[in-house]
Amino acid sequence: MPAQPKAQMIQRTYSSGEMMAIAAAREIRDEELVFVGMRMPMLAFAVAKRTHAPHAIALFENGVIREAPAAEMLYTMGDPANLQGATLCGTMLDVMGFLQQGRVQVAFLGAAEVDRFGNLNTTWGHREGKDVRLPGSGGACDLACLAQRTVVLIPHERSRLVEHTGFRTSPGFGTGEGWRRAQGLPANSGPSAIITTRGILRFGEDGEAFLAAVHPGVSVEDALNSAGWPLRVSDAIRETPPPSAEELAAIRAIDPGGFWTAA
Amino acid sequence: MTNTANKLVTLAAAIEAHVPSGSMVLLGAQLEHAIPFAAAHEIIRQGRRKLTLVGPISDALFDQMIGVGTVERVMAAWVGNASEGLGHCFRRAVEQGIPKPVATVDYTNFTLALALHAAALGVPFMPTYSAQGSEILKRNGNLREFPSPVNEEKLIAVRALKPDVAIIHAQRADRFGNTHLWGNLGVAVDGARASRRVIVTAEEIVEPEVVASDPNRTLIPGFMVSAVVHEPRGAHPSPVQGYYGRDNAFFADYHERSRTVDGFESWLAEWVTRPAGRPEYLEQLGAARRESLAVKKHAYSAAADFGY
Repeated sequence: MPAQPKAQMIQRTYSSGEMMAIAAAREIRDEELVFVGMRMPMLAFAVAKRTHAPHAIALFENGVIREAPAAEMLYTMGDPANLQGATLCGTMLDVMGFLQQGRVQVAFLGAAEVDRFGNLNTTWGHREGKDVRLPGSGGACDLACLAQRTVVLIPHERSRLVEHTGFRTSPGFGTGEGWRRAQGLPANSGPSAIITTRGILRFGEDGEAFLAAVHPGVSVEDALNSAGWPLRVSDAIRETPPPSAEELAAIRAIDPGGFWTAA
Repeated sequence: MTNTANKLVTLAAAIEAHVPSGSMVLLGAQLEHAIPFAAAHEIIRQGRRKLTLVGPISDALFDQMIGVGTVERVMAAWVGNASEGLGHCFRRAVEQGIPKPVATVDYTNFTLALALHAAALGVPFMPTYSAQGSEILKRNGNLREFPSPVNEEKLIAVRALKPDVAIIHAQRADRFGNTHLWGNLGVAVDGARASRRVIVTAEEIVEPEVVASDPNRTLIPGFMVSAVVHEPRGAHPSPVQGYYGRDNAFFADYHERSRTVDGFESWLAEWVTRPAGRPEYLEQLGAARRESLAVKKHAYSAAADFGY
């Protein structure tokens, strides 16, 4: 195990939600097609557009394709501000077709639970010992099946990073290496990263997640203790570069009140 | 019904004639945009029961209908409150059978869209790679794995789904049912074609010449439509492009009040059962709030020249 980055006693000038959204933005490469959901993914896309990925293109499952981020904060992807100035307003099959063709490089997903192989649960959760019916897949399962890279955004807690999901709504690497192909899923697809409030997990060849980075001020020990399984650690673990002034300016231009990043 | 019959009726008459108890009803086809809340509230007022609701993500509308006990089964990808989170009535119904148990047939957005697309094309299923490896595939009998007949791959057959009636809220339609939609379309086009009947509620009823001037925007031809209803602000609190924005506070208020059965009942009385219809609902909403949601700055598309 490498030396742990020191827990820094720095006065943070950003929230952990902002760090997550900015880390998510860095997963987008310029000119990529990005399947964007609401809340943090929408912020991540907007930050990427205003910084390192000005030519990225956003797809929304309601049928909208946008190159320019919306002029104001969105509550849903069907808000008028997301439709005015869109590149295309079409049908769900228009955008899902691009996805199934393999054209979509990266997709962002949230979940109630993610497990060590990147499988996601958004159907049945647990709260105080009771089963809780969650809203369901929406388009999440489709994205998890068909996007080239899936990036999961989730709070880093034992109740969220679990050994096995109670219900596999959206497939990650299933039970490990070779599982996705055995199911019939496309070869060039699957989880790429789990971005949490404490760090970033990535996946080995065997399909299991490992801790690849911790955010500034977070210790490796803290990140490991807050996972629900014995989380492996990268030999090359690093500290997530803190948000740059440019990144913070971009996120606050869109969400000045911290509505979506209050974490 | 011929395509020259005047189909303009009141909302109450449209629901009375075309949405009997036990129907399979497609609602919310455009996801968070142009949700036919006025029509759903009329269904509630008319006391319908044992409906099967079909829709990709239903925002708060399915939750409301479930809370009243209108619904027997939900075939959807997502049921909740898009900007707020969980659907409290949906949770109570599925977890505790309050006020009635509701069966769920879980889809993904894509597979639900494909189910409607298959019906719109008149074929029994559509193939996809999606949902493989998901519990949804195991539990939804309308998704079946099959070997591809043209290569060595495995695919999922998504069985065609034919709702009894689709209810679509549109920007404008003529009295024959020829309908212009714009903005994000979701599954509205396939959903209407897949369904045995279509009810269109529209912000404006325009002369047939207006619709005919832009046939590319005519996404539902009148011959498919059973009833046309003039229902301004019929999608509030959801937005309609070019007419009004989303009333986010209304969704937040519903979310808070529906946390308890009593809270939901008081919300329901205030906004659904006490108002006789949409005009009374809008009166109650108030002029200031209506004005705050109105279009602040129009943005008309450039005219397309159909001349020759």
